[in-house]
Amino acid sequence: MDPTLAVFRGLKRAGIDFAASVPCVNLQQLLTMVSEDPAIIHVPVTREEEGVGVCAGAWMGGRRPVLLMQNSGLGNSINALASLDFLYKIPLLMIISHRGCEGEPIVGQVPMGRLTPGLLEAMQISRFSPAPDQAEETVAWAWSLAAAEHKPVAVLLDLQFWRGR
Amino acid sequence: MKRIEAIALAAKAAQGQNALLVCNIGFPSRELYAVQDRSENFYMLGSMGLASSIGLGLALARPERRVIVLDGDGAVLMNLGTLATIAHQAPENYLLVILDNCCYGSTGSQPTCTCLGTDLEKMASGAGVTSARTAANAEDLGLALEGNGVVIAKVEPGNADVPVISLSPREILTKFMGAALSTVSNQSMRQA
Repeated sequence: MDPTLAVFRGLKRAGIDFAASVPCVNLQQLLTMVSEDPAIIHVPVTREEEGVGVCAGAWMGGRRPVLLMQNSGLGNSINALASLDFLYKIPLLMIISHRGCEGEPIVGQVPMGRLTPGLLEAMQISRFSPAPDQAEETVAWAWSLAAAEHKPVAVLLDLQFWRGR
Repeated sequence: MKRIEAIALAAKAAQGQNALLVCNIGFPSRELYAVQDRSENFYMLGSMGLASSIGLGLALARPERRVIVLDGDGAVLMNLGTLATIAHQAPENYLLVILDNCCYGSTGSQPTCTCLGTDLEKMASGAGVTSARTAANAEDLGLALEGNGVVIAKVEPGNADVPVISLSPREILTKFMGAALSTVSNQSMRQA
């Protein structure tokens, strides 16, 4: 199963109809697919925290939002996740490309890459890291969890995932 | 013009237009709550800088519904990228009102860069917002509240003596979403 297609099918299965994004090289095909889907409103944002705000507004307006980003953007979003989404109990699906782990060629990605799982854990944000053949189901399930528990949920996808493993 | 006067004007316009009104954290939300509490008001209690983004998401999600955002100079300076995103999306049902009092009014009136000459109208124009303008008085603001895009409303520093908002975050959100989604249900009912 193509990893990008699996994630996209998961978004569709979850009924996601709104996306905010900051690019990562591993998300480029997914961003194209989301942009080209007439059933999804896609808002490229300048910073991930801004995307948390845009997605919260979209949810208040009756949409099912996803935030597509790199894990570096998690650091930019922590206050917004806490003092907007946690405070008001607003659901959000985050599809996060996890850089800085095994096989990472760029040294600058490594510190945040190592810290990312611990940051999510400290924030008590559920995270799922499926293999590509489980990704469709996991992404759909992650949205169901976010919607049922009114909170942000993360699907954290590392370099091995994007290489199809 | 005092900020609470500008907020009262915006609240009145929002009511007349059946608009959703998203308000910045701190004293602006408290002043709005004091002058005109409506279910259509979303009072931010955290996430400084994101009022314009929340309003943009709402406006794009509900294109049939007018959305007005009351933001501050300090908050917009914290999330300047929002001006570029607003320019590119440019929803016709969206108006961002930046209440510029040249200071961080809720934390002791420390000066912001706008008191040193930073021009938010030019920054919005430079970001690509075609309708960016400045309202120097109540009359200008009244006219601007009929339009869309971005307006910078020059207001005096200082906070009104108003109480804290007595609603919980959950109450604010539940009331607001009931109001935000009501048009949709009414339309569905009519269609049915």
